[in-house]
Amino acid sequence: MNGGSPGEIVHFDNVGLRYGADREVLSDVSFTLFPGSFYFLTGASGAGKTSLLKLLYLAQRPSRGMIRMFGTDAITLPRDRLPGFRRRLGVVFQDFRLVQHLSAFDNVALPLRVAGVPERDLTKPVTDMLEWVGLTERMHARPAQLSGGEQQRVAIARAVIGRPELLVADEPTGNVDPDMAIKLLRLFEALNRLGTTVVVATHDVHLLKKVPDSLIMRLDKGRLSDPTGALRYPPRPRPVQG
Amino acid sequence: MALKLPPVTGGSLVRGLRSLSGLDQAELVPQTRLAGPMPWVIAIMVALTVIAAAAGLAASNVARNASDALSGGVTVQIVEADPIVRLRQAEAAAQRLNALPGIDAATVVSQEEVERLIEPWLGGLAIDGQQIPVPAIVDVRLRKEVSGERLGALRRIVREVAPGARVDAQSTWLKPVFGAIDSLRLLALALVGLLAGALAAVVLLAVRNALGTNRDTIEIVHLLGGTDQQIARVFQRSVGYDAAGGGAIGLTAGLVAVLALGQQFAGLGAGLISGGALGWIDWLLIALVPVAGVGLAMLTARWTVLRALRRML
Ligand SMILES: Nc1ncnc2c1ncn2[C@@H]1O[C@H](COP(=O)(O)OP(=O)(O)OP(=O)(O)O)[C@@H](O)[C@H]1O
Ligand SMILES: [Mg+2]
Repeated sequence: MNGGSPGEIVHFDNVGLRYGADREVLSDVSFTLFPGSFYFLTGASGAGKTSLLKLLYLAQRPSRGMIRMFGTDAITLPRDRLPGFRRRLGVVFQDFRLVQHLSAFDNVALPLRVAGVPERDLTKPVTDMLEWVGLTERMHARPAQLSGGEQQRVAIARAVIGRPELLVADEPTGNVDPDMAIKLLRLFEALNRLGTTVVVATHDVHLLKKVPDSLIMRLDKGRLSDPTGALRYPPRPRPVQG
Repeated sequence: MALKLPPVTGGSLVRGLRSLSGLDQAELVPQTRLAGPMPWVIAIMVALTVIAAAAGLAASNVARNASDALSGGVTVQIVEADPIVRLRQAEAAAQRLNALPGIDAATVVSQEEVERLIEPWLGGLAIDGQQIPVPAIVDVRLRKEVSGERLGALRRIVREVAPGARVDAQSTWLKPVFGAIDSLRLLALALVGLLAGALAAVVLLAVRNALGTNRDTIEIVHLLGGTDQQIARVFQRSVGYDAAGGGAIGLTAGLVAVLALGQQFAGLGAGLISGGALGWIDWLLIALVPVAGVGLAMLTARWTVLRALRRML
């Protein structure tokens, strides 16, 4: 079951996805995510960005094709091995998916608690993280008491707190002002420089230019365009710190 | 803006599926203890189980004590119109029996005693008038239980001196009573079983309901790498608290009922019923009812959650 080149995190081969008996929302999608790279996923609304990310964060199984993740066939992965894989991911959901009855602090702490980090070891990273996204004051507020942008920042803090191997972010800057958007992008870049592979889905074409060396995945009606082949062959190595 | 490194945890996350001690602090499922109907339903069922168990145990004790007292007893009745012959035959029978090995004592019950025993049934007049011949009775205590063969042998020996004697094991008189007690025990056992089933059903429904209302949270925890076991533990714990609260209330209520009933029965002063007094092992078993209830509730919760989660990705 193990395989794939050591220079890949994720590999999609001719992946197709349909919901129920509808038409395919993703067709013949093939690409490789290389470790330490920074990807933007763009495309019109309804092009299938969220659907592709769902396959990446293992919330959905494809209807056809092959997906290899961390060197393992993700299609035949038994249910009880999914948690181990999901803990290597960080996900910013398009609809945030914060736990409504937990405070901002507890939402950000959740991945650490799930992973069994002792209580005494998680207070500092969580408060630091909340400070970084500018939510120190709102730490004890519940999602319903936060603005859309604040909720988004909680969602981002939760996704990056465990320093995942692969960060998947679905429109992570859709609800914040341009300055905050840049700041959050810097957070992703910093994480990327520590070795995390980053995939950011966005409509915002201005954002694409802000990250040098980023690769662009463009979806058009469920099909991925890759005119230069950059999504299949390893890019030139990027410096990795840490 | 300085490109400060994001404040992520020192190393990468521990990836093993370690126990979820941390989730105990953050309540994944909002818990409002003793608020829903479940603890109260559990309280009622534990109370009923305590009463049924106490009744069953008391019935068992009655049966055991009575059969201990009666199992070695044999009664010889000599029905003979002539009181002189009657008494002579009775004394001869007692003598023969006392000479046998394995017999503790064979004593002629005095005529006054027999009359006193019968009086309430027949009324004083009839006896005074000597119109009704009262049998002579020899009470025989054996060292061991009376078997059918032994009874037959005794009967033969007695009839050598008292041809018209009736020889009966005392336990056979009470056969119908023992039958009724056995039915009572079975009924109590069946009730305990039914109540356990009902408890499991209540927990199952409550947990299914909770799974439905917390579906979003469960999905999020799953996507963050939470395991089914971790999620099941949260529900199990919550149900465990509810069941413990309900069990304590139910045990208290059940004990009050059992003690009140016990007082009433003790007031009857009947020998048979006082033989049903509960011993310390019985009280221990009754105290274990809520413990078993909590265990059953938690197991049911766990099973329900794991089964439901298996259908999610
Ligand atoms: N659960 C679902 N069931 C059925 N159809 C779905 C489901 N989710 C998405 N779709 C359909 O799949 C297509 C792609 O949806 P998707 O959410 O992936 O688009 P998107 O690129 O993320 O759009 P947006 O930019 O608006 O977020 C759409 O036509 C959508 O209607
Ligand atoms: Mg989308």
